[in-house]
Amino acid sequence: MRHDIKYTFLFATIVCVVCGVLVSWSAVSLADRQAENAALDKMKNVLMVSGLAKQGEKLSAEQARGLFEQAIKPVAVELATGKITGAIDPAEYDQRAAAADPKLSRPAPPNPAKVKRLPKYAVIYEVVDKSGQPTMLVLPVEGYGLWSTLYGFLALDVDLDTIRGLSYYEQGETAGLGGEVDNPRWKALWPGRKVFDKNGQVAITVIKGHAGPPDTDPYHVDGLSGATLTSRGVTNMLHFWLSDAGFGPFLKNYGASRKDG
Amino acid sequence: MDNQAKHVLLDPLVEENPIVLQVLGICSALAVTTKMDTAVVMSLAVVAVLTLSNVSISLIRNQIPTSIRIIVQLTIIASLVIIADQVMKAYVFEISKQLSVFVGLIITNCILMGRAEAFAMQNPPGLSLLDGIGNGFGYSLILVITAFVRELFGSGKLYGKPVLPVVTDGGWYQPNGLLVTSAGAFFIIGGIIWLLRMWKPDQMEEG
Repeated sequence: MRHDIKYTFLFATIVCVVCGVLVSWSAVSLADRQAENAALDKMKNVLMVSGLAKQGEKLSAEQARGLFEQAIKPVAVELATGKITGAIDPAEYDQRAAAADPKLSRPAPPNPAKVKRLPKYAVIYEVVDKSGQPTMLVLPVEGYGLWSTLYGFLALDVDLDTIRGLSYYEQGETAGLGGEVDNPRWKALWPGRKVFDKNGQVAITVIKGHAGPPDTDPYHVDGLSGATLTSRGVTNMLHFWLSDAGFGPFLKNYGASRKDG
Repeated sequence: MDNQAKHVLLDPLVEENPIVLQVLGICSALAVTTKMDTAVVMSLAVVAVLTLSNVSISLIRNQIPTSIRIIVQLTIIASLVIIADQVMKAYVFEISKQLSVFVGLIITNCILMGRAEAFAMQNPPGLSLLDGIGNGFGYSLILVITAFVRELFGSGKLYGKPVLPVVTDGGWYQPNGLLVTSAGAFFIIGGIIWLLRMWKPDQMEEG
């Protein structure tokens, strides 16, 4: 069909406006639901890594929220100083968005985990028992594996040395190989391992082959077979986030404050 | 249903399947078929987007200026894909997380542009609707078969439930690692094309 230029422009404009309105309407009207899903997803992951919910357990939104509010206290931390801060609202804070915002982040020191930028603040979770005593800390960790950045949580005992769990909530590694970081049997190898050696250095490492049980071989975890690079990525990111560049200062402060108190 | 409508609806399943005969939409067929649940949700999303895009393009087919028809089709398809993605993020969050960028990549799925340009531009909305459904399900059929084979033999599961007890969980089945990689999907789709063309030799290309 032949049309003159005016008609063509008019037509293009109408199509753009109609499509634009539909897209914005869907984005705006569904935004609340989506934000709720994302928040809930994070809660479930924190509950799972800290062992308060079972792996793969189907929790309803209310159950997850109830458990979370009862046992988990989100805490905002300033990474560089390791101090607890009130500068941000932990419930609203989006660490990934902050890491991309030059005002809220700084370039990370060169590191094998290939973390490019460090956010100014991070939200960690303190898990408390029924009497309100903290029992563990859940720290967000991220780093590069083979294909993708893995995002997960590390649950650390309040002795700040014993690992209570490690779990990834987002990764794009090869399914069946590196993707086995999600395998419950592999995750079950983590609890009981120790992070720091006698000299206070981060020692926890994913090795090739089998590691012994936690009491005789506390610093090693079985490698994922066929996934050397993903295994190495896991080691690298734990070393990075537990070092002074990551949560090191906070862990020191936290340990000191517990001794005082 | 008259004869033409029936052909429009059913031919894309086997006779003119978009994946195996026309070899379109291969990239997503490789990417989302390691598991049944992602394959099924992806299929439904493509059926929905393809049907809606076919109908909307067909409705305005006589008004679209020829000089900008491709970009108009693309705008409509892209808008529908974004809406589908938003809906999935709101209602099937877990699966939408696993599909990640591939929902967005429905935009570049050649089946959508192909049907818009080859069918919806020439045919009334009713027929275009059937054509969209037919091609959507033709695509879905191959996706689901591929995902079934890949998940069952690649990780010993179906819908995430263990079916063949794998060695790493203390069973006897040694999963086939090739099937979980994209190359595995090539073998399966290639195999389907081969079988289908043995059964229906008229689908063979002239060599």
